Amino acid sequence: MDFLFHTWPWYVSGFLIGAIMLTLNYFGKVFGMSSNLRTLCTIAGADRFADFFRFDWKSQGWNLLVLLGAMIGGFVAVNYMSHPSNVTISQQTVKQLEKMGIDAPNGKLLPEALFGNSVFESPKMLLILVIGGILIGFGSRYAGGCTSGHAIAGMSNLQRQSLKAVIGFFVGGLVMSYFIMPLIFQS
Amino acid sequence: MSKSLKYLFTGFIFGIVLTKSEAVSWYRIYEMFQFQSFHMYGIIMVAIATGVVGLQIIKRKQLKTHKGEPIQIADKEKGSFRYWIGGLLFGFGWALVGACPGPIFILIGAGFFPVLVILIGALAGTFLYGLIKDKLPH
Repeated sequence: MDFLFHTWPWYVSGFLIGAIMLTLNYFGKVFGMSSNLRTLCTIAGADRFADFFRFDWKSQGWNLLVLLGAMIGGFVAVNYMSHPSNVTISQQTVKQLEKMGIDAPNGKLLPEALFGNSVFESPKMLLILVIGGILIGFGSRYAGGCTSGHAIAGMSNLQRQSLKAVIGFFVGGLVMSYFIMPLIFQS
Repeated sequence: MSKSLKYLFTGFIFGIVLTKSEAVSWYRIYEMFQFQSFHMYGIIMVAIATGVVGLQIIKRKQLKTHKGEPIQIADKEKGSFRYWIGGLLFGFGWALVGACPGPIFILIGAGFFPVLVILIGALAGTFLYGLIKDKLPH
């Protein structure tokens, strides 16, 4: 059972993600995580401000259950299935991150520099997290989907629109990673 | 399986797979955009390949849902601008904070509380889109 604790290989993980998408199709649903953000806005009362949020949120109840299940899955995986060998990223990446003042993983999923509890005392880091979140929320709704809805479900269904969105995801990601992040993270 | 339990269970497996594959890791996303590992590309490509094969089987054999209804997956709405620009903005955020919507929730469930700040931003971004949707080109 040791293999469950190590980093799962890409071919196993990729297959399982595809299978999860197909399972939801079998239940008559379509895989897509970012639409939950819209549902949560509606539940919080956003329907008083815009038509976009006026829909029967209960029709998305199944997706909120998937989300809740995913949160429990994350809790179990991190607390009971971790191993010090996890997140062994390339040495070159580690060196680059060091120059940016970001700590090496050493088994952690997230860097302390961005996700340690000390970020609550750093206006700069909080701003980075909020802006990142706004871009994710706004961008995924504008594009009509995120990594799950477009990159996995849409591409699997050979949707040309999803290909445009996925190219957008990667161009945006590359610009951020190569040109903007070096300016933000200078040690 | 009961109505709610099957969705909860599917999500549970999704959360475990995304965590154990480290697709929820900021480090893995950074490494991917720097082209320093094949890991994330492998995950995405195998997931799509599995999905393509599965959906072709569903379509050709006209498989039914668990309730016996035909499996129908709506095409994405026509348009270009929204996909390019929305995709681009999403990509900026994805690379910066290293999380997309699924992982945001998975990481919060796992107890990484600073990720709540990303969630607040993501809800604000979604709300903002809803407010100005009709003024945007799609």
